[in-house]
Parts: sequence; structure tokens; C-alpha cells
Amino acid sequence: MDVFSSLMDGFATALTPMNFLYAVIGVVLGTAVGVLPGLGPAMTVALLLPVTYALEPTSAFIMFAGIYYGGMYGGSTTSILLNTPGESSSVVTAIEGNKMAKAGRAAQALATAAIGSFVAGTIGTALLAVCAPIVVEFAISLGAPSYFAIMVLALLAVTAVLGSSRLRGFASLGLGLAIGLVGLDVVTGQARLTFGVPLLADGLDIVVVAVAIFAVGEALWVAAHLRRTPLQVIPVGRPWMGKKDWKRSWKPWLRGTAFGFPFGALPAGGAEIPTFLSYVTEKKLSKHPEEFGKGAIEGVAGPEAANNAAAAGTLTPMLALGLPTNATAAVMLAAFTQYGIQPGPQLFESQGPLVWALIASLFIGNFLLLIINLPLAPLWAKLLQIPRPYLYAGILFFATLGAYSVNLQAFDLVLLLTLGALGFMMRRFGLPVLPLILGVILGPRIEKQLRQTLQLSAGDPAGLWSEPIAVGIYIIIALILLWPLLFKLIRRNRPAAVPAGVAATRSGASEPTDASGGSASHGSHRATTGGDGDGGG
Amino acid sequence: MTIVVGYVPTPEGEAALTQAIAEARKSNTTLLVINSSKGDALVDNRYAQEPEMHGIEARLAAHGVDHVIKQPVRGHDAAAEVLDAAEEHNAELIVIGLRRRTPVGKLIMGSTSQRILLEADCPVLAVKAGMAG
Repeated sequence: MDVFSSLMDGFATALTPMNFLYAVIGVVLGTAVGVLPGLGPAMTVALLLPVTYALEPTSAFIMFAGIYYGGMYGGSTTSILLNTPGESSSVVTAIEGNKMAKAGRAAQALATAAIGSFVAGTIGTALLAVCAPIVVEFAISLGAPSYFAIMVLALLAVTAVLGSSRLRGFASLGLGLAIGLVGLDVVTGQARLTFGVPLLADGLDIVVVAVAIFAVGEALWVAAHLRRTPLQVIPVGRPWMGKKDWKRSWKPWLRGTAFGFPFGALPAGGAEIPTFLSYVTEKKLSKHPEEFGKGAIEGVAGPEAANNAAAAGTLTPMLALGLPTNATAAVMLAAFTQYGIQPGPQLFESQGPLVWALIASLFIGNFLLLIINLPLAPLWAKLLQIPRPYLYAGILFFATLGAYSVNLQAFDLVLLLTLGALGFMMRRFGLPVLPLILGVILGPRIEKQLRQTLQLSAGDPAGLWSEPIAVGIYIIIALILLWPLLFKLIRRNRPAAVPAGVAATRSGASEPTDASGGSASHGSHRATTGGDGDGGG
Repeated sequence: MTIVVGYVPTPEGEAALTQAIAEARKSNTTLLVINSSKGDALVDNRYAQEPEMHGIEARLAAHGVDHVIKQPVRGHDAAAEVLDAAEEHNAELIVIGLRRRTPVGKLIMGSTSQRILLEADCPVLAVKAGMAG
């Protein structure tokens, strides 16, 4: 299949007036929730899942993609002007960005963030268009055992690699898998975890779960921490960049893209690791190392490019394998299921026009975002003056409406509140939300692959490692799980064997860790949750 | 006895503060500066940040006025905070800044100064921007 001609067809679909309108709505909404700390694209897409009943799939996904990219743009504005990251992926941006703003260079910081995001987003989307079909070709040859192994890898990697505590990650994953199990067993028809309630036999609707965890949980959390000392936005005019800023920015943009895309595409990628790596790299390569910590433009340009490239990267496994690696992609995957579209390697085959329209809309969305973000950044910052009771009252209203509209059953509202309370408790005890959502969404699909594998091998567990790729992936999984243990052993056995060079790089790497830790704790006492609302967003 | 002034970082607020300093020097009493926020929005431009408050503190000290500065964030609106402080300190005078409001704006948002004027138990001195001397 010719990528270029498919993509052009996609543009034709995405540029019809109706679809273009949805792209505009998507990017505006996305930027708004990106700007507001605590609200993320995952929550927004979850709240909008019920519109999938009324909209064409293409229009809905164009809007969702706009929200996803918009969230990445919006987060930087808050980071720079308020030192409160709007999203977890813009935590690093706040380190240099806010310093720049305080030094009166907010306009340049916003400009390099917006233009860098545009450059990275465009390159990332182009890479997505090129890579995804290749991944699909590879993935189609995979059998159920390999597919099962890849999904297990994604789940474990997201749980074990991201986040601060593995125990909390696995607790959250367990909760998610348990929620995913509720309902009738597809193969045998046995009721599982229904507690004799017939309404639970169909399982928990993903709309209800996602809305409860993201929207209701966050709203309760904010209500519990409502009052805080207000901040002031650093005043800024229209973002612009001088010649010197361009010169210092373009290399970090490209390097950030190079970090972001592959990490986004990996099962445990997310946007946090590449933004951090990009920051460290820029700090090392910069010709103005003395400016780092005082507002170096490279420290804004690199990470901002990285997080947008990661956003594009994340869509590669999502579209090519049906494998979401962050919360927003997970909820978008749930939207596919709502439409009865099977996500997976066959998606490009069966829903070609939809997928290519979606990819084309990413290019369009990126361009729109540049237009609405460059001149309007100060305006977006005004959103932060909205009293949060109004904001969250609205969110709760839409959450309730959405959950009720799924099946028109009052019972769903009970579920909504129960799971919302669970979401609140998870925030209270520091459990990451992402593994739960991935567990709920991937759990049933993993189970399907497992059952298929075991049926093919007539119940023999050896069927699980009957394909070489599956074996390779199990080795990677074992390495990920055992890594901390091995690491400890190696360090214990060779305590004196650490040469000076290693020690130096380690201290070099630990410094920014402190910096990001500092700003994160800043965020937690000032901002709601410092991007907690959108796990991997 | 004290004088209570409701301060916001606007021309009206500045006018009120200037007038209040003059009143406090005249009657040689303590000046209580109130700058509050409900604290329910992430950003509130009517809540003065630290450097600003330091500037005010320095200004009060330079005038030799005995002063207390309070920045309560308790979820009450500004009118309630000023009235509370006036009652608590048995104020002899409240100084506030006035600005023009459209009737619709007043209907929707309410009016802090109107509430203070109507509900205060002591005289209220209302100042417009650029009027204080």
C-alpha cells in the first residue's frame, strides 16, 4: 500500500468542513485542559466518549487526536508562566521555562515551546505515517502467543518502569485487571465477580470506569484540597523569538524529537523519560551551560519537542498493534471498541480510510495548534482564573450525564460514584492511575489472546512460548522485573569497582533529578496534583 | 482602636491604602491591611504576591504607621474578610476603594464595596482611584 497516496486520501477526508471543525474543537479543548493543572487529555477524551454514539468514527477520532496534541501544547504554557506543570510531561519544561519567564523572557520561552512542539509534532507524525505500516506488516505475522507476550510486556513495563513505587504500580494494575474481569466469561459463560448482581453480567462499561477514575476521582481530590494560596501569572505579550533564539533552539528541537518519538513508541515510553533525557542532553551539549538553572532556552526547546514527538510515537503502537502506552491512548482505544472497531494489526487493513484521516488530522491539528498558541498564549493563561468549583461542577455534571447516557441505567451512577471514590483513594495514597486504566482496557484483550493460545495448544501451557518472538519478549520481561534486584547485586559485589568516570556521569545525572524533584514538589503543594490527572499524558 | 483597609493590587486599592495611611497618621492608630482571596482559583490577580506585600510593609514602616498585614485565604469573599477583621479589632473606620460597575456586572458578580458599606458597624470611607491625598 502506498503510504503517500493513502495519506493524501486521509487529508481529503480530514479537510472536509465538518471534520475540520471537529479538529478545531479538539485542539481548542485540548489546549484548555492542557493549560489547567489536574485536567488532562485522558479525562477529556473519557468525558467525550459518550459522543461516540452520535458522531461518525472519523470525526470523533479527529477530535480526540486534537485534544491529545492540544494537551501537550497547553501544558507548557502553565509550566512557563506559573511554574505549575499543566501536564506530567511538561514538568521538565517548568525548570528552565519559568526561570526564563521570571527573567522577562516569557515570550521567547513560549515561542520556542510552541514552535518546537510544532516541529517535533510534524516530524513525529511523519515518522508515525512511515513506521506504522512497517510495524503492521511485522505484527500481522505474529500469532496469539507473541501477541499475548507483547501485551504482558506493555502492562508490566508501564507498571514497573514508570512511577516512583513498583508496589503501588502493581496494586493499581491488579485493581484494573480485577475491574476488567467483571462480567460473563466469553468462552464458558460463567459469571465472574458479579456478586449475583445481574446488572454486572455485561461487565463494567469502560466509559463509566474511565469517567469515574479520571473525572470524578480528580474532582473529589480537588474538592478535598480546594483552598490554596493563589499565584499570579507572569505577564507576557505576544510570543516571539529573536534570531539568536532560533539559532539556539533548532538543534534542541531536533534532538528532542529524536528522543521523544522512539520512547513514545516503546511499550513503556510515556513522555516523561524522553523530556528528562532531552533536558540532560541539552545541559551537557549547551554552549551556555552557565545559563542552565537561570533560564536557558535550550532547556525549554528540547523537552517541549520531546513530549510532542512522544505523543506521536505513542500513536504508533496504538494504531499498529492496538497497544496503548499512556492514559489518553488507552481511552482512545476504548473509543475504538465503542464503535465496534477491532484495534490491532488488522486496523490499517479494515479501517484504512479512518486511520489515514486520523494521521492527516494530526498534521492539521499541529498546524492549528501553532496558530492558536503563538498569539493567544496569554489568553490561555486567563483560564487559570476560573474558580475551580465552577470548573469541577461542570466536569461532574458532564461525567454524570455521560455515565448515565451509556445504558440509561441508574445503576451506572452508583458504579460511577463507587469507582470515583476509588479514584480519590488512589490519588490519596499515591497509586498511579495509568496501570489501572491499562489493566481495565487491555485485561480482557490479553485474556482473549491467552485463551486462544491455550485453545490452540489444547491446554498445554508450553503453547505460550511456542513462537520465538514470544520467548524473546519473555526474556525482556524477566529482565525488566529482575533489573532492580540484579542492579543491587552488581553494586554489592563490586562496590569499589565503580570508576571515577561512572561516578561523574552519575552525579551529572542526579543534579537534574533534584531539580525536577524540587519543581514537582513545588507543583504538589501548589498545583492540584502536578499532572497526576493524566498518568502518562 | 484600629483602622481597617481592604487592599487589592489595583489603582482603587492603592488609593484606599494611601488614604488609610493618612487617616492612621492623623488619629495615630493601628492600621490593619487586609488582602484576601477565596483561594479557589489557581490564579487570583487580586491577591498580592510576596514582593508586593514587602513593598507595602516598607511603605507603612517609612510612614511610621503602626500596622498589621493579613492575607487570609479561607474561602470567604473579600467583603466578609474585611467585615470580620473590623468586628474583631473593634475598628473605628474601614477604608475601601471604589470602582465603577455596570448594573449587570453588579447583578452577576455582586459588589464587595456595597456589601461593606451596608453591613459595616463603623463608618466606611470610600475612595476612588486617583483621589486620595
